[in-house]
Amino acid sequence: MSDAAAPAPAYGPGKKDGSERWTQTLRDITGGSAMISVLAVALALVVGAVLIAFTNERVQETSGYFFSRPLDMVQAVSDAVAGAYSALFQGSIYNFRANNFLTAIRPLTETLTFATPLIAAGLGVGLAFRVGMFNIGGRGQMLIAAGAAGYVAFAIELPAGIHLIVAILAGLLGGAMWGGIVGLLKARTGAHEVIVTIMLNFVALYLIQFLLRTPGALQAPGSNNPKTPAMLPTAVFPDLFGPRYNLHAGFLTVIAATIFVWWLLSRSNLGFQFRAVGQNPNAARVAGINVKNVYMYAMAISGALVGLAGINQVLGTVTTGFGAGIDAGIGFDAITVALLGRSKPWGIFAAGILFGAFKAGGFAMQAAEGVPIDIVVVVQALIVLFIAAPPLVRAMFHLPTPGATKKPKIRADTGRTTNEVVAK
Amino acid sequence: MSTITQSPAPTPASAPIVKATAQIRSWKIPITFGGFAVLSLFLFVLLGRGQRGELSTFRLSQARDVIQLPEVALPTFATGVFVAIVLVFLAAVSVWLVYGHRKIPIVLTILFALLFLVGFLAWAASGSTIPVPGLLIGTVTLSAPLIFGALGGVLSERAGVVNVAIEAQLLAGAFSSAVVASATGNPYLGLLAAMVAGALVSMVLAAFALKYLVDQVIVGVVLNVLVIGLTSFLYSQVLAPSANLNSPDVFPRLNIPLLSEIPIIGPVLFRQTIIVYVMYVAVVMVYFGLFRTKWGLRVRAVGEHPQAADTVGINVNRTRFVAVTLGGVISGFGGAYFTLGAVGAFNKEMTNGMGFIALAAVIFGQWHPIKATLAALLFGFATNLQNVLGIIGSPVPSEFMLMLPYVVTIFAVAGFVGRSRAPAADGKPYIK
Repeated sequence: MSDAAAPAPAYGPGKKDGSERWTQTLRDITGGSAMISVLAVALALVVGAVLIAFTNERVQETSGYFFSRPLDMVQAVSDAVAGAYSALFQGSIYNFRANNFLTAIRPLTETLTFATPLIAAGLGVGLAFRVGMFNIGGRGQMLIAAGAAGYVAFAIELPAGIHLIVAILAGLLGGAMWGGIVGLLKARTGAHEVIVTIMLNFVALYLIQFLLRTPGALQAPGSNNPKTPAMLPTAVFPDLFGPRYNLHAGFLTVIAATIFVWWLLSRSNLGFQFRAVGQNPNAARVAGINVKNVYMYAMAISGALVGLAGINQVLGTVTTGFGAGIDAGIGFDAITVALLGRSKPWGIFAAGILFGAFKAGGFAMQAAEGVPIDIVVVVQALIVLFIAAPPLVRAMFHLPTPGATKKPKIRADTGRTTNEVVAK
Repeated sequence: MSTITQSPAPTPASAPIVKATAQIRSWKIPITFGGFAVLSLFLFVLLGRGQRGELSTFRLSQARDVIQLPEVALPTFATGVFVAIVLVFLAAVSVWLVYGHRKIPIVLTILFALLFLVGFLAWAASGSTIPVPGLLIGTVTLSAPLIFGALGGVLSERAGVVNVAIEAQLLAGAFSSAVVASATGNPYLGLLAAMVAGALVSMVLAAFALKYLVDQVIVGVVLNVLVIGLTSFLYSQVLAPSANLNSPDVFPRLNIPLLSEIPIIGPVLFRQTIIVYVMYVAVVMVYFGLFRTKWGLRVRAVGEHPQAADTVGINVNRTRFVAVTLGGVISGFGGAYFTLGAVGAFNKEMTNGMGFIALAAVIFGQWHPIKATLAALLFGFATNLQNVLGIIGSPVPSEFMLMLPYVVTIFAVAGFVGRSRAPAADGKPYIK
């Protein structure tokens, strides 16, 4: 998945004969992280298949007379698994049953639509990881950002274009503020960010619930439901490929956010300070970095990125007005996305698209095959678990350990977050 | 925020050597006190309710108690004014103490908190009655899963393994206890199943953390997701279609003779289900085990300084594995509260983030079993307070009442606890 997991072997060029080099190459491919990722996904899908098969009614029926007609059960198992996974694929990437290409490709755009908020929130959580902080406050930051962006989008009338930008800025500001409180408290009083983010999730939830039922705040006029009015068309993300696809321009903001985070972390002065504090706050302090300010900036930026997920929800995906469930659990999913992406911007981007595909396909699978969408959650969790533990996957498939001469300590560095999160 | 002063250094050469002491003057507590004092002035005096002479009644006994205590009726507005004045006075005292480089005694903090609570209850209950035993009974009941989860977390983290998977352990315990208790018709077997399930989750945590050296926060988060997904999937596929797998018997409340008749304390502590009684034992045992036994010393040693523990012959990873598993047993037992102690059926994601609140209690309680228990009780009290005030009709919008416990926690963490220190080797795998 990332260079951190695969220690680059330093082979001297021309020192080895052809066959040895070939063995090394083979070892790199089979032992390296790309192979691990593929195997992890495969392994997780196998476990998912076992679960689907075991809980399938037809399989349970046929297992009753397994010894008289074993083929029935084999048939039932393969039907159940193949049905579920083909529905998953057709719901997330390409629908073979469609008449034309433009309809057949629709699931892929659905995947990207679902991926959009996951990537944004994943970037926020991942950025906090890189600074050695654990941001579980995605829910609160998304809700506040959604509330702020949503209010601007439905209550204030502005010309098209400017309206959208103002709404986005309001949302980013809301998310940054909600995240910034955490950074401020951590920097000034030493309050543990895990507690504060968890608590602020609840505070934000109840605040939004209150505003949603207060006329003149977020509640739609003349309605008794805790729901906002529809967003004004001037503030809604335009569709990227026309009205037949749900994919909206919010995806572009997420690409921009990914580039921004990449630039911030690997090219900017502030990002260098972020990473230094993440590696070792004491060393960073000795080196003259203002660690307290770094905590504040990092949490504010993290909150703004998570807020972008909320903005995308209200201005792109659910534009007809939203309730308190607008975060849809994305704030927590983002943690897994950030972990799978190893807290690196483009890794998170890829992980977000993978999880978006699972989400899009999961709904299709539930509708078509009656397999609960929760199986997708299981598979996602297993993928992250297997990818985080390359030695386990290697042991299962009897793969050689890459660079077997290296000290085992390198294994400890499989997740970049390891030292960073813990170094508090 | 804080200043460091040193006592004057010994000047003459003949003078005895005096240790230079550094006193840290922290203004956190006075600032917090001041904030609450201003808040109480604003709420109880400016926005004071009951200015037409309403009474706030506190009912201290339940109808079936043998010893009946009289109801206490306080004049709402006068109580509010009195409390506000005393709180301002206490805040001034704390400023004076800190100014003079003296410590603020813990008694003062407790007194301040209790007074504010009384003032707030009186203010909220203007013209109606607060059932004090009911408020406190609910507190203990609601805290039970939090306390079990926090104890499991303390045990695991004291051994140096970060336990973010408390939610997973609770949920696994809730699920398996419901299924086993329904299938066998015996709720005690359900409790056993809950312990086994919690232990299994924490064994996965320990295996990945200790053998495969995966980052412990990652494993914890992923385990939460995994168990949520797994239990929800099995619920939809297996439990929902056949109801007889999800209808366990609920434990009845057991009255302990004599003890349950003590006024106020009796109903609160001794009219509970067996799960709560086990909880009392668990708190004492975890405290005793960690701080009074050889085993506990070893657990704390591998959590603070594994190298040192290793050099004296302690098997670091085995000690950690045992502690984490034991933590899972305790947390899993707490999960049974949701199904066998309260609801009587498993539901998707029924732990509803309680595991995270238990984690907050661990950190709030500074990784100490008793303090973590008190923190969990505080969360339980806040949750139940909002329930009770919701019934008698609270003057503030219910959302703000619901918000209160979390805001108080943020204040408390920022003001009183400050930098709580984790065990030194928490989250760090030990590699020889």
